[in-house]
Amino acid sequence: MTFEGIRWDVLFPIIIYFIFVYVIGFYSMKFVGRATARVGKGFLQEYLMSDRTLGGFVLAMTLVATYLSAGSFIGGPGTAYTFGMAWVFLAMSQMPTGYFTLGVLGKKFAIVARKINAVTVTDFLKERYENKFLIVLVSLSIVFFISAAMTAQVIGATRILEGALNIPYEVGLVFFAVTILVYTIIGGFRAVAYSDALQGIVMTVGVFAVIIAAIIAGGGIPNIIQEMRAMDPGLISPTGPDPEFTSIAWVTSFWILVGFSIVGLPQVATRAMSYRDSKSLKLGIIYGTVVAMILLLGMHLLGAFGVVLVPGIESGDLVVPKVTTMLFPNWVAGLILAGPLAAIMSSVDSQLLIGLGAIVNDVYLNIINPKAKRTSTITFIFAALIGIAVFIAAFDPPELMVWLNLYAAAGLKCTFLWPIILGLYWKRANTPGAFASIIVGIASYISFDIMWPRPLGLHTIVLPLVLSLAAFVIVALVTKKPSDEVVEKFWSI
Amino acid sequence: MGNSLGNERQSSAKKTFMEDPRYKQCNKEAIIVCVLGIANLIWWFAWGYGLGLRDPSEYSYVMGFPMWFFMSCIVGGLLFVGLTILIVYKYFKDMPLDKLDPEEAKKYEEGMDR
Repeated sequence: MTFEGIRWDVLFPIIIYFIFVYVIGFYSMKFVGRATARVGKGFLQEYLMSDRTLGGFVLAMTLVATYLSAGSFIGGPGTAYTFGMAWVFLAMSQMPTGYFTLGVLGKKFAIVARKINAVTVTDFLKERYENKFLIVLVSLSIVFFISAAMTAQVIGATRILEGALNIPYEVGLVFFAVTILVYTIIGGFRAVAYSDALQGIVMTVGVFAVIIAAIIAGGGIPNIIQEMRAMDPGLISPTGPDPEFTSIAWVTSFWILVGFSIVGLPQVATRAMSYRDSKSLKLGIIYGTVVAMILLLGMHLLGAFGVVLVPGIESGDLVVPKVTTMLFPNWVAGLILAGPLAAIMSSVDSQLLIGLGAIVNDVYLNIINPKAKRTSTITFIFAALIGIAVFIAAFDPPELMVWLNLYAAAGLKCTFLWPIILGLYWKRANTPGAFASIIVGIASYISFDIMWPRPLGLHTIVLPLVLSLAAFVIVALVTKKPSDEVVEKFWSI
Repeated sequence: MGNSLGNERQSSAKKTFMEDPRYKQCNKEAIIVCVLGIANLIWWFAWGYGLGLRDPSEYSYVMGFPMWFFMSCIVGGLLFVGLTILIVYKYFKDMPLDKLDPEEAKKYEEGMDR
């Protein structure tokens, strides 16, 4: 391990930025500290939900920042480097993130969450389906898949530090890990949401600056596009240089994978119960959509244009750091590189909190010890344990983080999508239906992934989601209706 | 605890609960957003593949971008940001999110009829 060649001038703005994040953590700690005196769920209301106080701007930023992760910031541009405009085109399928999630779950989810005092998505499922085994099943699904996703994210961040700053992998990992763990553990959801907002701003400004500089450096858009065309006409077509890989059906099915079905990600759905009032929701939808568009277009165009600016780099994943350090004086590059780091931090912190919610709220408080008074101590202990486990896993990094990350996301969607949506909008949705949908969804996803990764030319996720919906509806219709109490609890005033 | 008598009483009492009057509007908003999402997909698909599938040597360009990309992603992105703003201001209604007591619920329902 060597510290020679670390680019301190690039690192300096990143350190300043990290300090800001710590400040937010300590600010939120005041609220968490006050809440530790609360009994049982009272503490978790603050720690996992910031007492439902998010305004529109913070709501939008935390939603977009949580969802647009390393996949969009490193893997996405990296793949666009190889596949050109086809991948930018594909990335735009994430455009609905802002309006779709908040609009579909909408105020109904927020109203129901308040009625039943839910602080996690699993809380919602627990009240709606009233089955302990179901809760254990979804909690396991969260812990398993979220840990995989977190590990992938952390690896991505550390790669950035390594690629752009020559910081040894292990050092970068510790630096990054400690920061996230500290502010998330001491500040809870409030720290996560507000640092997400800061990270969202950094990302947006960073993307703007870097794409404009890249266009200028490449001699204007017409010039860049024509150079891409000269390299390979496929780079400027919607089917890409390898039309068989980026086929029409497969690319279009990303609207399901990364567009519509993300409603089923617990870390995304949680945000839809955390805002203050219906005005926050309106603003959240608008800001969220604007920011999603800027970030998606900007980052992926940068990746695609990178093939002209920095041709022949060994791994597409390095395109963003390479272009940035090439185009900007070092200290500005550092500021901009904080963008992708921020994207990753904002995904990891929310995932950490979701995993924590699953263990402390969903399993411990809901099942093991419903009468627990002091929930704060056990929360902090588990937070540290999960965090440390993930960072140990990140020490031995697997390849191709994008795919690992998408795999985890698919598992979560198969678990949560239909039980949430149907539980919210269909009175007839019942417990056996929910079980059927989760089991069929996950089992068919894994089988398709192994045996038939592109059923009918579509992305693996599409058919399992359809099958899991069908399983839910059929099983629900042939089994007993949910009890009147449950329907009344959810639908009456 | 359930015996058949208790269950019967409940099912006959089923109709008596008043459905939360806010849900009608919530459902409407959710449907509108779904329509918006599908429209977004159609716009993206029609321009992207409608113009993009021909040979790249036949492309026309706007602001340097191939026309298919410009219409599908740049215009499409801006258009759907615009539509989102329009829909949110036109169709989304403000409402309290907390639990309503029957009186508030009545008031809210009357307010909606106006």
